[in-house]
Amino acid sequence: MQVHKYDVIIVGAGGAGMRAAIEAGQNARTAVLTKLYPTRSHTGAAQGGMCAALANVEEDNWEWHTFDTVKGGDYLVDQDAAEVMAKEAIDAVIDLEKMGLPFNRTPEGRIDQRRFGGHTRDHGKAPVRRSCYAADRTGHMILQTLYQNCVKHNVEFYNEYYVLDLLTVEEDATRADGTPYKQKRIAGVVSYDLATGELHVFQAKSVILATGGAGKVFKTTSNAHTLTGDGMGIAFRRGIPLEDMEFFQFHPTGLAGLGILLSEAARGEGAILRNSDGERFMERYAPTIKDLAPRDIVARSMANEVREGRGCGPNKDYVLLDLTHLEPAHIDAKLPDITEFARTYLGVEPYTEPVPVFPTAHYAMGGVPTNIATEVLQDNDTIIPGLYAAGEVACVSVHGSNRLGTNSLLDINVFGKRAGVAAASYAQTAEFIDLPENPEAATVALLDHVRTSDGGEKVAAIRKDLQDTMDANMQVFRTAESIDKVLADIAGFEERYSRITVQDKGKRFNLDLLEAVELGFLLELAKVMTVAALHRQESRGGHYREDFPDRDDENFMKHSMAYLDTNVTAESSAEHIAGIRLETKPVVVTRYQPMVRKY
Amino acid sequence: MSPIETAETAPEPASKIELPAHLGGGGDIPTFDVTLRVRRYDPEFSSESTWEDFTMTMYGTDRVLDALHKVKWEQDGSLSFRRSCAHGVCGSDAMRINGRNRLACKTLLKDLDTTKPITVEPIKGLPVEKDLIVDMEPFFQSYREIMPFLINRGHEPSKERLQSAEERERFDDTTKCILCAACTSSCPVFWTDGQYFGPAAIVNAHRFIFDSRDDAGDMRLEILNDKEGVWRCRTTFNCTEACPRGIQVTQAIAEVKQAILARQV
Repeated sequence: MQVHKYDVIIVGAGGAGMRAAIEAGQNARTAVLTKLYPTRSHTGAAQGGMCAALANVEEDNWEWHTFDTVKGGDYLVDQDAAEVMAKEAIDAVIDLEKMGLPFNRTPEGRIDQRRFGGHTRDHGKAPVRRSCYAADRTGHMILQTLYQNCVKHNVEFYNEYYVLDLLTVEEDATRADGTPYKQKRIAGVVSYDLATGELHVFQAKSVILATGGAGKVFKTTSNAHTLTGDGMGIAFRRGIPLEDMEFFQFHPTGLAGLGILLSEAARGEGAILRNSDGERFMERYAPTIKDLAPRDIVARSMANEVREGRGCGPNKDYVLLDLTHLEPAHIDAKLPDITEFARTYLGVEPYTEPVPVFPTAHYAMGGVPTNIATEVLQDNDTIIPGLYAAGEVACVSVHGSNRLGTNSLLDINVFGKRAGVAAASYAQTAEFIDLPENPEAATVALLDHVRTSDGGEKVAAIRKDLQDTMDANMQVFRTAESIDKVLADIAGFEERYSRITVQDKGKRFNLDLLEAVELGFLLELAKVMTVAALHRQESRGGHYREDFPDRDDENFMKHSMAYLDTNVTAESSAEHIAGIRLETKPVVVTRYQPMVRKY
Repeated sequence: MSPIETAETAPEPASKIELPAHLGGGGDIPTFDVTLRVRRYDPEFSSESTWEDFTMTMYGTDRVLDALHKVKWEQDGSLSFRRSCAHGVCGSDAMRINGRNRLACKTLLKDLDTTKPITVEPIKGLPVEKDLIVDMEPFFQSYREIMPFLINRGHEPSKERLQSAEERERFDDTTKCILCAACTSSCPVFWTDGQYFGPAAIVNAHRFIFDSRDDAGDMRLEILNDKEGVWRCRTTFNCTEACPRGIQVTQAIAEVKQAILARQV
């Protein structure tokens, strides 16, 4: 085992991690650990754009953007965080342009902007053109531009290093009111080098989690195979809570049967949804902004059309995205990649034929709780000094119960930058925390179990069963019954997981072993999502309970906070699930009182 | 206000249209048996590489990556390959499929001849680590050497730098690169001369040389004028054929060559 020492360790090399690295790398000794190569992260799959109220093509301002973000998140957004994001959005876009990002341009040579779901002029009056974009590969251009600037600044990368543990220590401390508590502190991380199978301990003053999401808990997903929630998982196992995990976004337009994303930019450019009657059904669900309603509303409307028998295709299990009224030249200029996806994977020509689509699991609104300075919280308000999180792994919370399109590329840039600045600044004055004795012990135990377990259960089979039940029971429509079904299923999967066999016995590039470790995270996170969904007896944003169809601000306008707690038994838990304690955290409300969410 | 934004000016699409009866494909997805013939290599257990066949039933919508997953998940967990996004944007799974460089996640089985075994090998010219996994470091080293970042010597404006739509269009094609190495590892010159920068590095140099905002074109052209630079290209077009993003790689290299010559005149 090798031990390395850095001021700042960044876990993850997607948009948030590399944006942080550009800041931290210039001010502190920094290394980025990534389980992939830097330009392989899923930021690159983002298509449509990054919103900022530049007002380059029509009147706009950051306050409208803040309002849209809060309303889009169905009022579960922390409004101070949304305000920070909308204000700093403008500089975040300009920063990227200066770094070289090739945005599409207006005839005047300014950054061009287009419409996107839920982004409106003057508090919902009409769609506004706010999304800055580079064709339909904005995420690709952001990822490339950030990596280019990491090269420019000589940022050090450890490629294909899987971080499997956070090294935290606890100290006795006293709150202002005199009550004693355990203060967590971060000492570093433990990582597994894929090439050799060796463990490496990285001692660091600051650690930034930027590991992205956990979409692989679902079967139909736009997420990469590698999005297994590792960062959320390692934090949770070290007693750090997970916030708002019941809220998962289902993007309306995944390619039917495959889940591959077709950007909302298609609808921003004028594409519309139709059912088997050829009807533009969004006119019924969101009369004002129709197909450009926020994603949760569009996804539910689509699922409802299918449920009521107006789906298309041989099994009537999808609807159609219609671009046929748009000029082919316009499609080529603005949506080249996604039309190619339709051609390659479904053999459909979008110029002349509508494209089969259905909602696909896309984005975790919840995650590791942070404040607006990106400092990770160990409870509702106690920070863990030196530990930061940004991007999809984090819950700051700017997305509340439903993220608006483009706000994720914005989130990673605004809060990635904040995390990089803060982590470097903290490291300049902080001391290293002594590593715990045998820092690698927990990771060795985890890997030994996975390697030596010999019960014959296959990792892929358990993962498939988990994804199937999550798709069937935890997607856009949920009930107590469907949620209970998932919880019962997961109990069975956990038992099977204890009896898995990994076939690859080697040390080099043992992805078989890592898939087993990743499944452990997926099972744990699916359980947290499901317990939190059971607890939330209301419908809000991406979480829709058919048995509680209305939003209930009186009882549930608060964040959920799930803790790993071995003292919780099935009998003592309100949800009858051992090992998870659910608490709540107030929502930060500044200027916007909750209103009925209509579009 | 932008006059070219057609979403704004186009008439509203019809609320209801007549859909043709066939829409959405219809019928069951066909299945077929397919054999993957995979080049296996694991120096931990043997210094020899061998071919191994795996046969399975797949669907008409499946890709080579789906077949590889089916092997790994159901038959042999030790089969090793990189992949992530699974739809052609992350660049992890470039491999040699039936003798041609492609992304496994973008190659549909039905587009290959499934009556014969489909051969799958690691991309050529980079050291093989295990099965389909190669050492990518030499590839990224060449990329880093062409200074793949915007260099601008002027005063920093407070807002964005202006760039016309035409200027932006000039280098659009080469911004699509996902660094998958399909082009570089299809290049016969790269196979025989590991020092050659290779097409991908030149494509990324092109992306900056022809960006109106960049001031370091001369430095990059100087680097590529080196004996291991752009002149090693023999215009075999392998790279253009291999590019899963449809980049006109050979043309980009030719434009860089012309730029060097124009500069020397």
